Amino acid sequence: MAVIPVDRKPLTFAERTYIPQIIGGLRTTLKHFFRPTVTLQYPEQRPEIPKGYRGVPTLVKDPNGREKCVSCQLCEFVCPPKAIRIAPGELPADSANAHVEKGPQAFDIDMLRCIYCGLCQEVCPEEAIFLQNQFSMSGYTRAEMVNNKARLYELGGTLPDQHFKWDKKKAAEEHGNAH
Amino acid sequence: MFDFYFNLPLIVRLVVQAGAVILVLFPIAAACSMAERKISAWIQGRPGPNRTVPPFLAWVPVFVPFLQRLGVFQLAADGGKFVFKQDPVPGHVNKVYFILAPIIAMIPALSTIVVVPFGAYVDSAGKLVPIVLANLDIGLLAVFAVSSLGVYSVILAGWASNSKYSFLGGVRASAQLVSYELAMTLSVLPVFLWVNAPGGQGTLSLFDVVQLQSGVGLHWNSVWFIGYFPVSAFIFLVALFAETNRAPFDMPESESELVGGFHTEYGAFKWSLFFVAEYCHMVVGSGVFILLFLGGWNPLPGLPLTALVDLLHGVIPFATHPLFMGLLGIGIFIGKVILSIFFFMWVRWTLPRFRYDQVMDLGWTKLLPLSIANLVIYTLGIAGLALLQK
Repeated sequence: MAVIPVDRKPLTFAERTYIPQIIGGLRTTLKHFFRPTVTLQYPEQRPEIPKGYRGVPTLVKDPNGREKCVSCQLCEFVCPPKAIRIAPGELPADSANAHVEKGPQAFDIDMLRCIYCGLCQEVCPEEAIFLQNQFSMSGYTRAEMVNNKARLYELGGTLPDQHFKWDKKKAAEEHGNAH
Repeated sequence: MFDFYFNLPLIVRLVVQAGAVILVLFPIAAACSMAERKISAWIQGRPGPNRTVPPFLAWVPVFVPFLQRLGVFQLAADGGKFVFKQDPVPGHVNKVYFILAPIIAMIPALSTIVVVPFGAYVDSAGKLVPIVLANLDIGLLAVFAVSSLGVYSVILAGWASNSKYSFLGGVRASAQLVSYELAMTLSVLPVFLWVNAPGGQGTLSLFDVVQLQSGVGLHWNSVWFIGYFPVSAFIFLVALFAETNRAPFDMPESESELVGGFHTEYGAFKWSLFFVAEYCHMVVGSGVFILLFLGGWNPLPGLPLTALVDLLHGVIPFATHPLFMGLLGIGIFIGKVILSIFFFMWVRWTLPRFRYDQVMDLGWTKLLPLSIANLVIYTLGIAGLALLQK
């Protein structure tokens, strides 16, 4: 490693009086004084959320309004802090999605336990659970901090779908070509 | 109305005047705390306090949001908080002196204003009369004598708090104030040598100092004294920063080393008294600086207040009225004081705090010799001028 000797010049008289430095500093602060402020006025102005942000986990529907979750419970099993509780159930025979067979009867995510790791999103075979942009959760009781199924769908909304896996499956079945 | 006022007994008039002065000084000192927060915020690229608004005023458009963004209501809320919050006296303090200290802090802070003139008017006899509570001949001496009493409150607070941080703050304050007092007093001596030219009547009145800066047009007296005595003005300003415990000389407080320095153990209203006293010192100190070096209530060098009023007389007929002239002078003076306080704050949010030994070194080995040399040189110069005139 090269050694670079640095000459420490003795301070000049002007430097030892501090005055030129003080005036320079005053000029800098005055410049900042007239600059616009950089503060984000938080509740009114929101920060721009970067792509791929991991916010509160939510459940989504596909563009046809069908709930995507089939209550396979993979997310429940993978969840490191055990924040997810799913009660799986059979879909009623008269429902439009009866061929999917299973759906969650209850789906609770305890946001006091959730660590926003995103493993549930990663593991979901149906692309039904997504960590979206909401970053702030607050409540007065522990119960309020548990997101139930209705709340999760309200937060999640609808996301575009590339596959329409179950629609294709239904069409194939109707052509007598189930697998 | 004037006759009615001037026919009142002297004591009533003095009480009314003193009350009026305190009613102006105290809000300015209080508003300084908000100005400090806003100026620090703007220098650091923040908006500062801009949220508080009383709900019953929130419906007013434009004006109230403007005040809200300036933090005016925050100031009121802070003031109210200081009055109403619990005022604990810690168990380990010397109660009498602990309670006495903030009261003693306020007394010199408010009483130095007595001899500070802040305007002038021409009375019916055509004579220029200063607007001042007491136009004493010992003017400046009184300011120095009374304002240096302020150190007692700091020492008393530091000692009575019975805590090491407070104690260190008090010790620092006493050493610092004593050190800079010397340089400050010596720095203004050349000004008064000049004012008290040989043969004239001796005076230390601040009004007379301003009179010698009130020349009209191109005249020897048109130059403000900062032009004649730049070194004195500089030393006085630096010493003023030290005397008012402002950054970069805020040794007694130095929150990063001493928690809060001498007021560590104080809270609520007693703490706010120290706070307001500091700003009162700043207001009066910068007032004295303006009177000595920046032409007092004269708007511009070469354009004194009397000349301005004569000019305005052509536009506004009542300009020469004593009331208008007095208010104009006071307005110009307060404007200069506000600019000077802005300078204080600007410096505070620019410079880091000196180390304690640097402060002592600067005071004793730099400013004091400089002010003595300054005094000697100006003494010789003024004596030479006097000889030439003979």
